[in-house]
Amino acid sequence: MENTVNNNMIDTLITSNNVRTPLIVEDAILTFKDVCVSYAPGKNAIESVNAAVEKGKITAIMGPSGCGKSTLLRAVNRMHELYDYIKVTGEILLNDQDVLKMNAMEVRRNAGMVFQRPNPFPNMSIFDNVLAGYSLNGIKLPKAEREALVEQSLRNVVLWDEVKDLLNKKGSFLSGGQQQRLCIARAIALKPEVLLMDEPTSALDPIATNHIEELLLTLKKEFSIVIVTHNMSQAARISDNSMFMYMGELIEYDRTNTMFTNPACQKTEEYLTGRFG
Amino acid sequence: MKDLLFKKALFTASLLLLLIGAGMVYTLFDGALPAFDAFGFFKFIGSTAWDPHPDREAYGALPFIVGTLFTAFLALLIAIPFALPVALFTGVYYRGTKAAHIIGAIVDLLAGIPSIVYGLWGFYTLRPWIIESGFSTGGFGIFTSAVVLAIMIIPYASSLSAEFLSMVPNDLKEGAYSLGATRLDMIQQVVFPFAGSGIFASFILALGRALGETMAVTMLIGNTNNLPLSLTATGNTMASVIANQFGEADGLKLSALIAIAFLLFILTALINLAGKFIIKRFNQ
Amino acid sequence: MITHTKFRQLKDKGFFILICLLMSLGALPLVSILFELIRKGYKQLNIAFFTETAPSTLDAMLAAGTGDVIPGGIANGIIGTLIMVSLASAVAIPIGIMIGIYLAEKPTAIFSNIVRFVADLMQGVPSIVIGIISYAWIVCSFQSYSALAGAFALSLMMAPLIIRSTEETLKMLPPSLKEAGLALGASYTSVVLKILLPAAFGGLFTGILLSISRVTGETAPIMLTALGSSMITVDVMRPMSAVPLLIWEFYNDPNLMDMIWSCSLFLLMLILTLNIIAKFIAHRWKIQ
Repeated sequence: MENTVNNNMIDTLITSNNVRTPLIVEDAILTFKDVCVSYAPGKNAIESVNAAVEKGKITAIMGPSGCGKSTLLRAVNRMHELYDYIKVTGEILLNDQDVLKMNAMEVRRNAGMVFQRPNPFPNMSIFDNVLAGYSLNGIKLPKAEREALVEQSLRNVVLWDEVKDLLNKKGSFLSGGQQQRLCIARAIALKPEVLLMDEPTSALDPIATNHIEELLLTLKKEFSIVIVTHNMSQAARISDNSMFMYMGELIEYDRTNTMFTNPACQKTEEYLTGRFG
Repeated sequence: MKDLLFKKALFTASLLLLLIGAGMVYTLFDGALPAFDAFGFFKFIGSTAWDPHPDREAYGALPFIVGTLFTAFLALLIAIPFALPVALFTGVYYRGTKAAHIIGAIVDLLAGIPSIVYGLWGFYTLRPWIIESGFSTGGFGIFTSAVVLAIMIIPYASSLSAEFLSMVPNDLKEGAYSLGATRLDMIQQVVFPFAGSGIFASFILALGRALGETMAVTMLIGNTNNLPLSLTATGNTMASVIANQFGEADGLKLSALIAIAFLLFILTALINLAGKFIIKRFNQ
Repeated sequence: MITHTKFRQLKDKGFFILICLLMSLGALPLVSILFELIRKGYKQLNIAFFTETAPSTLDAMLAAGTGDVIPGGIANGIIGTLIMVSLASAVAIPIGIMIGIYLAEKPTAIFSNIVRFVADLMQGVPSIVIGIISYAWIVCSFQSYSALAGAFALSLMMAPLIIRSTEETLKMLPPSLKEAGLALGASYTSVVLKILLPAAFGGLFTGILLSISRVTGETAPIMLTALGSSMITVDVMRPMSAVPLLIWEFYNDPNLMDMIWSCSLFLLMLILTLNIIAKFIAHRWKIQ
């Protein structure tokens, strides 16, 4: 992971007139510095993103499909490394430590991820699914601690009352919304510093979506959340800060209220008013 | 009118297949009947006699059944530690990449080598090594046959199990990685539990192949009619005794050989059905 | 925590290295087989090898005595293999495709399930047992070993493979293809013959080639049925030789040992070529 800042990138950043000074936050959990991601040599899918994500808040990343919002999110927990044609450069600081220089397994443990489609492990019981992060990391907990952790995690995602008598059943009979909550429980059981959510409600019906959104509002007391969404109203409902990305660039980053009422860039306004996307 | 005729033709062809299948079972059973009549079905299976002398003619299938099961299971045991890595490499680590395609092509190439060529290799290359290592004096026998059988079923077992390994959804793998798993953790806790029954079925089907393999074993097992009880023992499998003695057999001996073929048919059919059944359940 | 992670990553690396190691070890036999066949077999591959029949033991002994290349070739085997495989294909391909169409058109009927079951069962029958069946049916009926019996045994082995590949390929075609044909007023027969089969050509042809390459190397069933012949013959009612059968004969005759390798090399190249063509066609004609 080369960390050198490409001069050209800085030039584009400065000269590009539709990039406004990004939001400055005081207490940053996650900081992107000149982050570029490329799927093929010489072609960047993400172009020099600079931003700081606020601790204890929900930050939404919006934009039309293909704008690079998921790509940016997956750079944080280094999922791109699973595919050797993808290259990430720049710096991503998680609590002032560059994740690109850290041990990938450590990073992923500290950054929980929730995927588009619920993906509970079909071979594991609900109980084991919540603890999957521990078993996959080869960590053995005492029985009492395990039970407490499962209960607490499932309570956190408001799933405990629904499944407390079914903990030893496989998770596959759960509804999509329940499965997604189980996956969130699995992610937060590891007590991550930040929770990365990649369009977590796109495969769910409106009622389940509503549940998850309410859940996120309570979870932000404990976790900093970054959520990628293609749904503007979702971003408006739940997020504190919003990023708008277009064609691999971070066009605008501001308080959600400000951005939705008074967008600085024309592109953002066009997107928010539904003229494209 | 034309359509009706066409559909009739399709149906007739399918019916023909059923008749052939039924005819095969009938022919084997009918040919085996004299031997079963003369010695009794269970006595024939349990007897170690093999004496063509007209005055005391007696035949039993036990040494060949034992020889078949012994070589085939041993072959499977030897094959698994080589087949599984190939399957993991092509189905998990390098799924869908050029490296996987190249290795897949080599595996197909291995699968295409005829049994008799494997037999020659076993006879002229492997056997001298075994003699030299001091493992057995003649170099023939159960172990030598099992090694060559193992080499023959590795391609089949690995390409089949790679198929099941590659069916593990990417969602699940990414889910495991996102929690901090290494590839090994992911394979142990996500891939194997998911694809386990499919892999098991692949090995069962590979075992079915090994049970019926003829030429290579015939060239290497030593072709003796005794009960093989050690790795270095010579013996015969059901297939190899038929290949060896069918040409000069008639009367009761011919019937005994057909009876062995009948038993081999039942054995392989059961093994294959078990494998296919597991795969069917896996796919649901 | 960090050391624990490091340890797990080390274990992960170790496992991967182990896998690569075992895999290359597993490839050793292939390398060894190819090496042996080429090293010992190439010098026999001359024109006579393809045009003359297998030498008698005496000729071979004389040649071995003077250190010459063994005279003669395997023309009787090549022609025998060609005749028997063609004959088997002529029977197994049309019937196999017809049954495959039937299964693809009526995938859930009870009768289809029985047929599919029997085809699966036949595919698993050991080749030596197939040889016995053909012996009982053809050799015994005509009171003579014959190429016909050999071809019949091979067709019994080919048919299940062709049935399954036909069914699988046809099932992959989009249903709209058939509907479009029928909507244009074409008869069922012409839809199948003129639309479905051509669209499935790549898959069908690959399946056929693979089934041919599969039976070309078969020795056991041929041994029990066609017996072998030292002369070039085209009479399918008489015993006939085949390339794999010649290998078996050479193997049993110490004087002809040199011939084993060239014969095996030839057989392997033949099968390899069929496989490569099949792969190529499967690649080119992939159903989108």
